[in-house]
This record gives sequence, structure tokens and C-alpha cells, in this order.
Amino acid sequence: MTYLLIFLLGLGITFLVLAGVGILRLPDLFCRASATTKAATLGAGLVLLATTFFFQDAQVTLRVVATMAFLLLTAPVGAHVIARAAYRQKTELWSGTIRDELADWQASRDDSQAAK
Amino acid sequence: MFLLNLILAIVWAVVIGEFSIANLLAGFVIGYFALWVASPKGTKSVYFSKARQLTNFVLFFLWELLIASIRVAVDIVTPRHRMKPAILAISTTGYTSNELALLANTITLTPGSLSVDVAPDGNTLFVHVMYSDDIEQTRREIEQALGGRVKELLQ
Repeated sequence: MTYLLIFLLGLGITFLVLAGVGILRLPDLFCRASATTKAATLGAGLVLLATTFFFQDAQVTLRVVATMAFLLLTAPVGAHVIARAAYRQKTELWSGTIRDELADWQASRDDSQAAK
Repeated sequence: MFLLNLILAIVWAVVIGEFSIANLLAGFVIGYFALWVASPKGTKSVYFSKARQLTNFVLFFLWELLIASIRVAVDIVTPRHRMKPAILAISTTGYTSNELALLANTITLTPGSLSVDVAPDGNTLFVHVMYSDDIEQTRREIEQALGGRVKELLQ
């Protein structure tokens, strides 16, 4: 039991730390957002799972289930809204980005509007 | 059907005499099989296939979450960036708004991909992916593996 707890907590904390390091190391906002929201969600999830095993109590378990549900519902919406706002602000993509089909699509839409 | 299943779970916990999460869960699983056995062949409620699809979806999703998290984690710790980010257009023609919302949410939750924008007509979803070694293959994976499951689930 103790080993399971150590394993879950260790893995969860590792992911949380990596999410933090990811913010510093990744090259542009989109990579940062996509890496950190999930690493953080997974890390928090693992830590929460460890708490349920530690307490083994219905009240705590229920609260953990609710917390996880809300995390999984809200984290992606937040990340999406930030990314969308950033793109509309014309935040620069990393130079290593190999393709941007949203820009292509916007260009083709502007062309067809100009033609009208 | 779900309600019936829930009632069976509560009855199970009452009969056992201890109202704990584990008992309720056990009651729910046993109740599910009892209902499945009890309903005649050919008239099985959609509840059974939906429940199985949902379980599959959740397991598939958790697996993807773990695999992709490790991949991103490795890239963060190693000194060189091995990623090839790209923004891809995913065709979502024929999706209802609920299906689109679930797909966009799932994409954002899978590490290494992030939904950036939706075309106003709702037929295209723009996704930022961190690892697109093969653009067409990545596109197909999202459209079929993820999109197919989402549609199947909400049908």
C-alpha cells in the first residue's frame, strides 16, 4: 500500500514539475499550452488518486471524483480559449512549425471575399 | 435503464448493510450484469451498448493521455526539441455541435494537441499538434480514431 502511494505521488509530482519546466523550455505559446495543461491535469489526477487510497473514505473519494470531473471539463476549455485568443492576436508560431493550415484557410477566405 | 441500474446498486448496498463507495460500485456492476441477463435477446436496450462504448472511450482516452504525456515529458527533459508542430485542418462535416464540442475537448486533453479555432460554418476544426512527422497520417488518426469514437458515442 505504501509503495503504491509513493509510486502514485511520485509520478504525479514528476508530471507537475515537468509541466512547470515545460513552460520555461518549450518554444512557443501553443506548445506550452498543449504540454502544460495536460501534464498538470495528469499530475493533479495522480496526486488526487493517491489521496483516495490514503484516506479510503467515502467523503474524500466523492470529493476527488468531483474534482477530477471538473478538472477534465474545464482545463481543455481554458487552454482552447487561450490558444484561440493568442492566434487572433497574431502570436508568433515557433520557427520550427512545419505547416499552418489555419493561415492558409484565412488567406483563401480573404481572397474569396475580395473577389466578391 | 440507467435509473434501474442505480436503484439496484443502492439496494445492494442496503442489503449488505454498509453504505460505502465500494459496495455501491459492486452493486452497480452486479446490477448491470443482472439487467443484461434479464433482458431478452433482440430487445436489449441501447443502454448496454452505450455503457460499453463509454467505458471503451474512457479507457482509450486515459491510455492516450498517459502515452502522450510521457512523450512530451521526455522532450521537455532532453536538451534538443524533437517536435514538429503544425496547425492542421480537421474536417468535421456532418458533426452536431455536441459532437464537435466533445471532439474539441478530447483533442485538447490529449497531450501534444490543442484545438485552436473552429470555422464559422462548423465544418472545419483547426488543431495545433506538437508531433506531426507525417501530416496526412496525423490528420487521419484524429479524424478516424478520435472522431469515429466520439460520433459512435453520441449517436
